[in-house]
Amino acid sequence: MTPRRSFLKIGVAGALLLAAGGAAYRWSRPAATRNKFILDDEALAVLAAVIPSMLGPVLPDEVAARAAAVQATAGRVRDAILGLPLATQKEVQDLFGLLALGPARRLLARVAGGWARADAKQVDAFLQSWRSNRFATLRIAYMAMHDLIIGAWYSDPATWEAIGYPGPLKELTA
Amino acid sequence: MSVIPDPIQAGLAAGWRVTDGARLTADSALEADVVIVGSGAGGGVTAEILALSGLRVIFVEEGALKSSKDFKMREADAYPALYQESAARKTRDKGINILQGRTVGGSTTVNWTSSFRTPDITLAYWNQHYGLKDYTPQALAPWFELMEQRLNITDWPAPPNENNDLLRRGAAKLDIPTALIRRNVNGCWNLGYCGMGCPTNAKQSMLITTIPSALRNGATLLTRVRAEHLVINGDKVTQLDCVALDDAGLAPTGRRVTLRAQHYVLAGGAINTPALLLRSTAPDPRGLLGKRTFLHPTVISAGLFEQRVDGYAGAPQTVYSDHFLHADRIDGPIGYKLEAPPLHPVLLSTTMAGFGAQHAAMMKQFPHVHALLALLRDGFHAGAPGGSVALAADGAPVLDYPIGDFIWDGARRALLTMAEIQFAAGAKSVTPVHEQGQAYTTWAQAKAGINGLPFKLLATRVVSAHVMGGCAMSDDERLGVTGADGRYHGLANVSVHDGSLFPTAIGANPQLSIYAIVARLASGLARDLTGKPAARPIA
Repeated sequence: MTPRRSFLKIGVAGALLLAAGGAAYRWSRPAATRNKFILDDEALAVLAAVIPSMLGPVLPDEVAARAAAVQATAGRVRDAILGLPLATQKEVQDLFGLLALGPARRLLARVAGGWARADAKQVDAFLQSWRSNRFATLRIAYMAMHDLIIGAWYSDPATWEAIGYPGPLKELTA
Repeated sequence: MSVIPDPIQAGLAAGWRVTDGARLTADSALEADVVIVGSGAGGGVTAEILALSGLRVIFVEEGALKSSKDFKMREADAYPALYQESAARKTRDKGINILQGRTVGGSTTVNWTSSFRTPDITLAYWNQHYGLKDYTPQALAPWFELMEQRLNITDWPAPPNENNDLLRRGAAKLDIPTALIRRNVNGCWNLGYCGMGCPTNAKQSMLITTIPSALRNGATLLTRVRAEHLVINGDKVTQLDCVALDDAGLAPTGRRVTLRAQHYVLAGGAINTPALLLRSTAPDPRGLLGKRTFLHPTVISAGLFEQRVDGYAGAPQTVYSDHFLHADRIDGPIGYKLEAPPLHPVLLSTTMAGFGAQHAAMMKQFPHVHALLALLRDGFHAGAPGGSVALAADGAPVLDYPIGDFIWDGARRALLTMAEIQFAAGAKSVTPVHEQGQAYTTWAQAKAGINGLPFKLLATRVVSAHVMGGCAMSDDERLGVTGADGRYHGLANVSVHDGSLFPTAIGANPQLSIYAIVARLASGLARDLTGKPAARPIA
């Protein structure tokens, strides 16, 4: 298959999945929770795989500390999403719901065998491919993950020392 | 207990009439002489002048009332609390990120204090193309003087911080003239956190100037209340229907607020004002409402320096260059204004492209990063006709802003200019903020690299902090939906008093243009409504 035809296949599949996957995901949820974002197991599994790739070497190497940092970052991503308009929260929920679906993960993200088992190289390649994708929808999804995860990391005062940022004047922040 | 006196808390304790919509337990109906929607640059100035002139004023703000006791200079708290959509408001295709305030004081509570009079060439264009004969530098001068005095807009005495001085030094090496930015501050500590709400009440935003003055003079302020719909009967608005919002400001609580007045002033900014009029199906026989919305589309260049730049510290914007606004005719190839933005960890890290090791390496150099902005002057050429505001299914505004080759040509030239200035100032490397941009180490490399970049949305980072237009002024109803006096054509008791009046972009940070033009419009409105000359606000 030529690269061009491969792109087209992703494009058609992507459009269908984005239309159908998001809606199916939404309808599978109880009515009362259709708007406000919920960091459920599916979203958490996607984030747990994407956060280490997005953040790279700033995460600690030691296993337990690394897991705790990823978990805490996911929590701050959730908090950031909860500050967005409800319609945007729904879009973000749909994005994670879509990525959690097996076919989308395999076809669009090219990650085989579940997010929990995805290796870093696969996830890097997924982010790189969406970042430069010819389909705006996938570039938007990449940008959303970029801004949410990276913003969540650097919003935490515990990360400031490592980048040489002294933080605001202590006397005024009590 | 903070060491900084908080004038808002003191005013509330003294009995100002302020109602938090999130706390309403029943529906409410109120009456006044004038209802004002929005409490930013336009709403704040209008509220003070009308209240001082003896009119009973109610003003409605969608955001919450926050004050210096809340302003802790932390991005994680400030963006959700003080900005539209947590500072992540976007155009329809998500290609442009828009910074707009959403709190009492509107964008003036979070802006970077840059104060410019409307450029003469912009006014001349309005005169020629929109028939705005009274909008001359001479006719507006007294209104600029009034608001400069009211908000203490003066030359900034401290030296620029390194982030701004690098613009001055780099430009000087290339014989590009720069000048210093005037600021609306009084007793400024030179901290650099204007964008998160001034923690020392030095910034002369609406929050601590005109709004307290209006409240002392009997005005009523409703917060966390969203204006939904003007009820129109013939050529008159008979009431404004509003909904109360929850603590997070996201969902209606179910409580409704109905406001009735002799006159309605819309000042919700250039996205929300056209949206309110569209939801209300205001007369728009020529389809001009919400059209020609301008953003000063802005591109960014990051430089890395040997020395510390500390872009988070000190007055955020003090140096600018208008050289590339005057390189050609105003209606020629798009011109751009050069400024420096403050650099804080979330703002910088989310703006910079890339991820993983590459992004981490850049952030590790955070104190050595320098950034420049180029604000492209849209609205003066058929290739930069602006965007348009429409309504989503839930009634929320959506701004569509396509960018064509004419604007991309300007973006490319601006990135080249900024890289050249940064190298002239001594940068070790320069990175245009673009998904395919690299850290170029020489000007020649940067020139070739930038010229080779594909210019398109969601690849080139484009941002905006200046939303203008959508309710253009012109006494010729074929050209604008409002008159030169700010009155909405076809509605006898509605005025627009915000940046949506501008028939083009300003070509400079717009706050002082809004203050001065609205001061004149509000004074005219007060005179019309009271039959007496308007009161003159004094600091």
